[in-house]
Amino acid sequence: MLGRTASSLYWMSRYMERAENIARLVDVGYRVSLTPGLSESDRDQWKSTLQAAGVTNDFFAGHDTADLTAIRDYMLFDEDNPSSVLHCLAAARTNARAVRTAITTEMWEALNATWLNYSQIRPSRVSANDLPALLDEIKRSTAEFRGTMLNTILRDDGFSFCQLGVFNERADNTARILDVKYYVLLPRAELVGSNVDLRQWATILRAASAHRSYRHVYRDRYKASNIAEFLILRQEMPRSLAHCYYWINATLGDLEKHYGARYECHDLADSIYSELQRSDMDKVFRQGLHEFLGEFIARNNSLGQSVAQTYNFL
Amino acid sequence: MHNVSVEIVKMAHRVFGGQGECVYEKADSRFFDEMVLPGGTVREPYSVVEEWIASQPKGGMSQKARDAEAIFRRLGITFAVYGSNEATERLIPFDIVPRVISAAEWRKLEKGIDQRVRAMNAFLHDIYHRQEIIRAGRVPERLIMHNEAFCHQMLDHDPAKNIYAHIIGVDLVRVSEDEFYVLEDNLRTPSGVSYMIEDREAMMRLVPDLFSQCRVAPVEDYPENLRRTLQAVAPPACDGEPCIVVLTPGIYNSAYFEHSFLADEMGVYLCQGSDLFVDDGFVYMRTTQAPRRVDVIYRRIDDDFLDPLTFRKDSALGVPGLFSAYRAGNVTIVNAPGTGIADDKAVYTYVPEIIEFYTGEKPLLNNVPTYNCANDEERAYVLDHLEELVVKEVHGSGGYGMLVGPASTKKQRAEFTRKIKERPNNYIVQPTLALSTCPIWTGRGVAPRHVDLRPFVLVGDEVRITPGGLTRVALKKNSLVVNSSQGGGTKDTWVLQD
Repeated sequence: MLGRTASSLYWMSRYMERAENIARLVDVGYRVSLTPGLSESDRDQWKSTLQAAGVTNDFFAGHDTADLTAIRDYMLFDEDNPSSVLHCLAAARTNARAVRTAITTEMWEALNATWLNYSQIRPSRVSANDLPALLDEIKRSTAEFRGTMLNTILRDDGFSFCQLGVFNERADNTARILDVKYYVLLPRAELVGSNVDLRQWATILRAASAHRSYRHVYRDRYKASNIAEFLILRQEMPRSLAHCYYWINATLGDLEKHYGARYECHDLADSIYSELQRSDMDKVFRQGLHEFLGEFIARNNSLGQSVAQTYNFL
Repeated sequence: MHNVSVEIVKMAHRVFGGQGECVYEKADSRFFDEMVLPGGTVREPYSVVEEWIASQPKGGMSQKARDAEAIFRRLGITFAVYGSNEATERLIPFDIVPRVISAAEWRKLEKGIDQRVRAMNAFLHDIYHRQEIIRAGRVPERLIMHNEAFCHQMLDHDPAKNIYAHIIGVDLVRVSEDEFYVLEDNLRTPSGVSYMIEDREAMMRLVPDLFSQCRVAPVEDYPENLRRTLQAVAPPACDGEPCIVVLTPGIYNSAYFEHSFLADEMGVYLCQGSDLFVDDGFVYMRTTQAPRRVDVIYRRIDDDFLDPLTFRKDSALGVPGLFSAYRAGNVTIVNAPGTGIADDKAVYTYVPEIIEFYTGEKPLLNNVPTYNCANDEERAYVLDHLEELVVKEVHGSGGYGMLVGPASTKKQRAEFTRKIKERPNNYIVQPTLALSTCPIWTGRGVAPRHVDLRPFVLVGDEVRITPGGLTRVALKKNSLVVNSSQGGGTKDTWVLQD
């Protein structure tokens, strides 16, 4: 397989995963903005969304206030924002187009149909009432794409590069969402453990579509340390860091078998995964959640770069 | 806008338009219509199609046209139009009424095409070696040696199996029941094959009932035949299964869909220039593992852009050193560099000579009579009769830079008069051909439109001619310009089997 093909498969999958994650983030941000008392001020309402997407500075370079309209336009439709849904879908499609011989017809048609529909939406026609339905539609489309991929693509090296893109992105995103809690929603000392604090944690769970599954694992009410554990260490939670690294590790193992060679990226993934397996929340909180997540994000990034270098992404 | 007077054309054996929807707009009697003869009888090859159209319920044809568009859009068979502000992707319009050619008609054409492509390859070999045809005085030396398209770097090179043009598109037009002319040859990077195949695929989904009544020769084996052709011309250095790649300029090229389609159908790699490199005289691909040697390159990049070390220095699309690897015999390039000399419009006028010289036979397929503006007498005639003639630039393509006499304004004719006087060698002139017409669905009814035909020929271990080819249709009423880049569309072409 051409190095460029591997790169396009990886990025096509990464961008689709990102599009879905942005839709989730906006969904959560919208809930926060609707729920009184959940944020300290108006400005904070959407701050967590921007922060989790890593676009705060860019946004405020061009906008004064983070209100629903500005966020809608910026996060969903702005062509120049590399983290907008529009940009992600366009980039996914461009990558897919470059490697049409490596993806199945169903995958192409799912992605192309999503693009055709979405690119025709006029942002100004999307009112606050329309927003939830639009966000659901985005999630449905990305799910359809992932479904066609899992159902139809040959399980060869191409599939491995797709999987690496998905889980590299997902791990990054979950870590950022969690980090936001401590970075933006930092409560005053007296609020820790209060209803406000817990409602904020609950919105984090919602962003990961985990608010119900949480209860299957932890019978009791929302507890900050459980929620963090759920999203970091619990392998059965499909958006957790542990789950992502289970798959990254397994996928790299497939590539090792396929190509008959093991590289630095294999060792790196292995080390990240085993550390997560050996860890517990006491250790994490001792290090400091924010520090832990910052380090994870950096290592996850390195893993991506190592893969790119190893397999000659161009 | 002029009013169209519509008459119900009486048929010998069936009234067309039983449901009141499908009336065939009256064909212009100056042109040969492939479905309906002047007396009103339906030509035999079209009998099934005509009945089918007549039996469509109200709204049926429109629905099929909509379904067709949905199929193409979903498949993403789009192309980019150069110079378009929108920079978007467009569908090439597709007409749902198939064009039908009888088995007997096709057999005649096939013989003529076969003769022509063999002669062209012999010509190419000759002019890049001993140039016997020039020595014999049958073709002027100047025409070849001073021609931009002549690639002197190809002199004395022996390509695999001595084949230069492996993939050829021969553009044909019909003017009457039995008269076909070759409008032009395409020996560089002819395109349109993917449309031919996808048109057929779409029709099989849209009108399966029609297929069951007609025995239509298949076209879907083209990719397999292309692969066989490419395998057959692997270089001597290659033992075992040759590594074949399609070399594309990339996703922003107007024909990208076709490049990726063919690579996919053949099961070969689709590469851009940046994916390849030359080392020690061999060509390699940059893979996720060790570099892999490449043996045969089906390139869809023009000669000029193939190799910045040999041709245009500013080309970012090609592979540095590729031509040297080619001349060393370590890789085969399909079609070979330098084939453009044979489809040059000025050389076109000598093709009948070329056929006779190399085959010893008279051409089975005729050229369109062509005036040579460098000749004083012919030029005088041309300038006097511009309103009746078609003027083409010798190095133009895609229908641009030409004058269609009958459709031109006084100002345009004055401009071309000046151009021809200034650079007579730059133009060839032909009479306006009375291109045949075929029925299309206009959205409101069935009407005749001008068409041409591009059969595709593969030359490798064998000469393989795909039955039918791409029918291009001028969708605008009375228009003779069929090029997709200027508003033309395509039709599925059915060659009936006996």
